[in-house]
Amino acid sequence: MSEQFRICPDTGLKLYQSTETLIKANAVAAVVFLLVGGIYGLLVGLTRWPAVHLLPADWFYLALTGHGLNVLIFWLIFFEMAVLYFASSVILGSRLAVPKFAWAGFALMLIGALMNNYIVLSGEASVMMTSYAPMDAHPLFYLSLILFAVGALLGCFVFFGTLVVAKEEKTYEGSVPLVTFGAITAAIIAVFTIISGAIILIPTLLWSLGFLAEIDALMYRLIWWAFGHSSQQINVAAHIAVWYAIASIVFGAKPMSEKVSRMAFFMYILFLQLASAHHLLVDPGVSSEFKMFNTSYAMYLAVMASMVHGLTVPGSIEQAQRAKGINAGLFEWLRRAPWGNPTFSGMFLSLIGFGFLGGISGVTMGAEQINILVHNTVYVPGHFHATVVLGTTLAFMAMTYWLVPVIFRRDLIWKGLASWQPYLFGLGMAGVSLFLMGAGTLGVPRRHWDITFSMTGGEVYEFPAAANTLLALNGLSVALAVAGGAAFCLIIVGSLLFGRKLGPDEKLATPHIATPPSDADYEKLGNGITVPGTLVLALVFFAAFAVYYFINWKYLAETWGIS
Amino acid sequence: MTSLSPPKDKIWWNEPIERTELIWITIVFLWGLVMTFMMPFWHVVGDQNISSETYKTTPEKFMQQTQAFVDEYTVRKDDGPRQYPVVKPPPGGDVYLVARLWDFWPVVELKKGESYRFHLSSLDWQHGFSLQPANINIQIIPKYEHVVTFTPNKSGDYSVLCNEYCGIGHHMMIGKIIVVE
Repeated sequence: MSEQFRICPDTGLKLYQSTETLIKANAVAAVVFLLVGGIYGLLVGLTRWPAVHLLPADWFYLALTGHGLNVLIFWLIFFEMAVLYFASSVILGSRLAVPKFAWAGFALMLIGALMNNYIVLSGEASVMMTSYAPMDAHPLFYLSLILFAVGALLGCFVFFGTLVVAKEEKTYEGSVPLVTFGAITAAIIAVFTIISGAIILIPTLLWSLGFLAEIDALMYRLIWWAFGHSSQQINVAAHIAVWYAIASIVFGAKPMSEKVSRMAFFMYILFLQLASAHHLLVDPGVSSEFKMFNTSYAMYLAVMASMVHGLTVPGSIEQAQRAKGINAGLFEWLRRAPWGNPTFSGMFLSLIGFGFLGGISGVTMGAEQINILVHNTVYVPGHFHATVVLGTTLAFMAMTYWLVPVIFRRDLIWKGLASWQPYLFGLGMAGVSLFLMGAGTLGVPRRHWDITFSMTGGEVYEFPAAANTLLALNGLSVALAVAGGAAFCLIIVGSLLFGRKLGPDEKLATPHIATPPSDADYEKLGNGITVPGTLVLALVFFAAFAVYYFINWKYLAETWGIS
Repeated sequence: MTSLSPPKDKIWWNEPIERTELIWITIVFLWGLVMTFMMPFWHVVGDQNISSETYKTTPEKFMQQTQAFVDEYTVRKDDGPRQYPVVKPPPGGDVYLVARLWDFWPVVELKKGESYRFHLSSLDWQHGFSLQPANINIQIIPKYEHVVTFTPNKSGDYSVLCNEYCGIGHHMMIGKIIVVE
């Protein structure tokens, strides 16, 4: 079987026609759902700003449900399908295994996502993304998620199949590249995740249709989170693979050591799913031993893995820069990085935001007892807007800027706006994360329409005034982030429609992929500590982490006795 | 060679590890041990550990128990708008608190420094027990009766807010606990 392919004039990558079309379809679908979810997000943020309080209650809960599903599920997983096809077919230079399956998967995902948006918008499924039984939604809500998940599973199988094809047809020598290894990690976690989703959503669908009498609420939570949290771990594995890819694209960086980075990915496969138990830390019927073992991901080995990636990604950049002679002081390598290139700035802001805001807050509130302080407060969305939006979404945006000329053969429009976009979006989202976490420490509940309790006939709780200020600042940050998100959608969609078409052999004006430093260049770095700047950054991170962690224990010690 | 190309050696396992990576892995591994230690340690020395004492129950049974508790220990009507019974259990005694669409019932009065065994359950959907401003948050699940012992350390009026989304009246769900000296 010989399929059409072309060689990218800028990057030398071998692009098969069916792979390219599939990446295009998935990436475009992803951006469309990002746009829909972003609009819902703006409405949610403005409603939670007490002085604005935009939507009525029923629309608020509807918009919050639609926001979660569109951005957390549809945007990210459509984009991840594109990442999987890129990491297998494009990086390995292989034809895609059974493209028909990939198209069937895409169709199922699209039908599921559209059906879900329809039923949520109809008002019959305002149950939030978690749809906690015994609160029930219209059966189409569960069916739409099942269809979407089956579609994604087909995509994973095509990915694995492509790895086999590439190996058989010897399109590469030796082991798979690190970025592909990271994508394999994401895909393995995805299979586990989707199976968990099927185990819980299929009975829930049957229950909503009246074929099953009851869904046990605690069992629902336990299994739903094996799906819900693990799907976030797909995001982590995928966006870290994207970090490595961008470090190589922009700087020609190589992994500091293959063994460390690969073992860190492997730790994700072994331990990340245990984190699902984070969500049950203040639940009845779950023993402390279960909580402690699982919440520590078996002694924090998966957390260690993320912290390792957090060092090795910037470390590989520092090595590459120093090898090229950008070597002065601790931070010249970083100062002289291309901060105006959105592919780099988006990736680096993603790294900082994911680590400092998302990582520290997540691990701290994941300690069994500290969770008492923040469970189900807006601290929780504050945390995951740092991991999933600042971390994953911004990394995917950064990658998209690079993909447009390679895959779509269009020059980017509005390059000036594009160079600002990651800062706009990143700053806005960092604000959302910080201000929500602040309000959460004051006890403000999540998914709540009215913290002034105006509809309770006079029974009220008065939050500290700072809570209102923080929610107002959150509203402003949402507006900033949405402006950044809208800029992204405009630039990408505009480039696809109106960007200058690039001829089949035409090269871009500037090199689109960096030439890696030679082995001899790397040898000049010596054998000691080759990345002092990154080490300093890592130690600053560690100090912030440790201080914040123990402050929370002190804060916990001040409340009522609980036993 | 980059992260987009196969590693230089097929057996990448034998590559040396960079010094900074070794230092960092050591720090991070030890930090993981510290954090792993903190949770069981707090069970020994800390005063804030949620019990996992749980019983299967039914909405009818739990409502009956709560009604009996209210009948036995009600001291007055609350002066708030809802006029719910204010129930004052003896120190060390049991407290039943119902979560339902969309309120918490009844109002409870506790004595500072004394311990009370709270029985928490829901009559319908999932709810959240969020005690403010003490900032204690516990999940409430229908058909499971969770027994948690609270020892208030400050007097004053506390609110119980629902922080698990429970439908269109979620934001109306509020209850009250009074702590006296």
